[in-house]
Amino acid sequence: MNNKTRSPLIHVSKRGLLPWYKAWAIRGAALVLALVTCGLITSLVTRQNPIQVYAAIINGSFGSPRKIWVLLQNISMLLCISLAVTPAFRMRCWNLGAEGQALIGGLAAAACMILLPGKLPNWGIIACMCVASVLSGAIWAAIPAFFKAKWNTNETLFTLMMNYVATQLVAYYCVVWESPKGSGTIGVINPTTELGWFPQIGSYKYLLNILIVAAVCLAMYVYLNYSKHGYEITVVGESERTARYVGIKVDRVIIRTMLLSGAVCGLAGLLLVGSTNHTLTTTIVDGRGFTAVMVSWLAKFNPIWMILTSFLIVFLGRGSGEIATKFGLNRSFGDILTGLILFFIIGSEFFINYEIHFRKSGGKEG
Amino acid sequence: MDNKIPAVKMRNITKTFGPTVANDKVWLDIYRGEILALLGENGSGKTTLMNMLSGIYFPDEGAISIDGKDVVIRSPKDAFDLGIGMIHQHFKLVDVLTAAENIVLGLPGKLDLKAASEKIRTICEAYGFEVDPNQKIYDMSVSQKQTVEIVKVLYRGADILILDEPTAVLTPQETDKLFNVLRNMRNDNKAIVIITHKMHEVEALSDRVAILRHGQFIGDMPTAKTNAQEMTNMMVGHAVTLNIDRPDPVDPKPRIVVKNLTVRSIDGIVKLDDVSFTANSGEILGIAGISGCGQKELLEAIAGLQPVEKGSIEYIEDDGRAEQLLGKDPLTIQQMGVSLSFVPEDRLGMGLVANMDLSDNMMLRSFRRGHSVFTDRKTPRQLALDVVQELEVVTPGISTPVRRLSGGNVQKVLVGREIASAPTVLLTAYAVRGLDINSSYTIYDLINKQKKSGVAVVYVGEDLDVLLELADRILVLCGGKVSGIVPGRGANKRDVGMMMTKLGGNAHE
Repeated sequence: MNNKTRSPLIHVSKRGLLPWYKAWAIRGAALVLALVTCGLITSLVTRQNPIQVYAAIINGSFGSPRKIWVLLQNISMLLCISLAVTPAFRMRCWNLGAEGQALIGGLAAAACMILLPGKLPNWGIIACMCVASVLSGAIWAAIPAFFKAKWNTNETLFTLMMNYVATQLVAYYCVVWESPKGSGTIGVINPTTELGWFPQIGSYKYLLNILIVAAVCLAMYVYLNYSKHGYEITVVGESERTARYVGIKVDRVIIRTMLLSGAVCGLAGLLLVGSTNHTLTTTIVDGRGFTAVMVSWLAKFNPIWMILTSFLIVFLGRGSGEIATKFGLNRSFGDILTGLILFFIIGSEFFINYEIHFRKSGGKEG
Repeated sequence: MDNKIPAVKMRNITKTFGPTVANDKVWLDIYRGEILALLGENGSGKTTLMNMLSGIYFPDEGAISIDGKDVVIRSPKDAFDLGIGMIHQHFKLVDVLTAAENIVLGLPGKLDLKAASEKIRTICEAYGFEVDPNQKIYDMSVSQKQTVEIVKVLYRGADILILDEPTAVLTPQETDKLFNVLRNMRNDNKAIVIITHKMHEVEALSDRVAILRHGQFIGDMPTAKTNAQEMTNMMVGHAVTLNIDRPDPVDPKPRIVVKNLTVRSIDGIVKLDDVSFTANSGEILGIAGISGCGQKELLEAIAGLQPVEKGSIEYIEDDGRAEQLLGKDPLTIQQMGVSLSFVPEDRLGMGLVANMDLSDNMMLRSFRRGHSVFTDRKTPRQLALDVVQELEVVTPGISTPVRRLSGGNVQKVLVGREIASAPTVLLTAYAVRGLDINSSYTIYDLINKQKKSGVAVVYVGEDLDVLLELADRILVLCGGKVSGIVPGRGANKRDVGMMMTKLGGNAHE
């Protein structure tokens, strides 16, 4: 028998509301710890100087004006899709089909670019592209939403599977519209006439995208936080029973919100095809539909914070690409570092919500 | 009794949750062969204190000793090893298993259900329980489930029992039965702690009372040497009057007429069977019944939330026009100009949004107002400020999420919002469940005020003593049927209790 009075070595208790600066101090500390850990691992495993590795990561994003533009472009595309999934997420409706919704939006845009020249003037083509992309993205999201609203099917699985349908459709049309013949890819569409290409602002190739996404970001913030629709979305997400109790038509809100979610995804597809790449491939969305889930969650579904989280993710991604080439390391090593940093950042939320008590060294009085 | 060693000695127990001090240097002694009633308002730290004894929380400071020996209780298992067993408000039983299977669940050693059943029978005989070890939990009434929970802790050798508001879900008859069992256990030299809000139960059952207020230990004394008034004053910290006002209804007119209402649950079970009644303006219609007898379905049917198989629910306007409410959803009812307020049983899961702040919760009823696509934030803010001030809601501010408020304050926010829309009908379900005396009386006052201003109030309650004091008429439900409607003045608790368990009660015998 243990006669001594001993309290447990550690015990965990829930914190009250932390003031914002303390919460951010914890998040900051997590980032610092993450960098130190990554540095240690880098020097242990690769015998590289961690400072140089970090310099390379920063260089990957800010090394040249071109790199900065690419960084901004990547942020804006990731942000756009993150903004798209956010209204659904606020409603606790897990739309994992952003990848497919953006892809189908891109397909619609490409279809307009390929099929309409000769029938419509350039501005008509662009207008058709906008309508077609946004509409097809919205429809792609509305199908699972309808089934969820009517028969309470699981939207996570349904939207996920819609991704594969979209990918296969795009693969099919890549062959139908292949150019040159036999290549199995579409190649740059209308390379000489530039029909359906979005106008460039000055000499800045990506500026249009960035401005559009910035506007969407602001609009989404206002929509979610200040509009009646936004309020309904929050209530439905928190408690469907409360929503019914105050007379909100839950089915209608689910379908409407998923339509919006899909429409913004369609817009992302439109920008990728019409403004940036001028072509269509099955991998044009590049997994952003899934990365967006993380961006949205990390920012706690706040559109403004998402600028920061999408920056973080893109920055780390670009950095890991840079160290892969510069030090001849496998690209996976960059991914390991990204994973470690995210682990620390997400883990810090635990310390914001809970407090850990260690046994006092003097023991407890009897 | 003075020189007995306490079974449990808690000294200087402090527990904080963030900035909130739930227990502040609490001293408490629990003796064997005694029933201790632990009293205190909501948020006074009763349950927290008992949770530390049963190993769910660990105290920040302080010491606990059992039978004079210092102990450390790190987990519920430690507590069990020390013979401490707690029966929580929410039962922790597996529905598809039998009583015996639930009782031995998780115990080490070989599974021998026969021997277990035998032991369960011995325990039941010793204390006067009625449990069939082979009955499945899903076949059991609430009171039977509670009995299984008690037998479970006894089976595991507990001799210090803690019951957290055990009577909240029981009929008067079941409560009497439980009290007899508890008395038998006391006579068997077990230590029993019961947490309750009901004064008459404290007086009927306990040997000693201990009182907490705002997390601090205020005092303890033999029950025989005190009375309800003194205990209440100690709990609240100042003198309170314990009478519920019941003004005579002024000019009552039919407001809601329900005819032959039949409701089935999704599983096809009949929840309401041919229910007919009238609720008058300026009157409180009390609804009595064992929990789950159709009260919830009845209110939700009137509020437009429950699909109805047949019947009619009519709303009678002041000029005598009748409007059918059946088949309309809450929004349509609102748009018809019927001002119907509903305080549902599930406050945080239905009446309010737990994660939203006070001001946003006020908006739930009014956010559609105006033609703008944007919500009006100013009016609900003002309403929140008014409710906080008028109903004395204890909150750090109106931007605090309501889940952070204590039960009584949550209810004040909900009731405050519902009566702010100047309703003509007010439906309330278990409006004071889990609320302390002070908050309960605030709610009774608010309901009475609505009644005086001509609102037709439907009050579903579980405390018969309160129903008998508050309601003008009492409708008794039994298994989804109307067992009888009696006037509140002069009604007898026994009779109403009988009507709750048997259609018509004594009247038809």
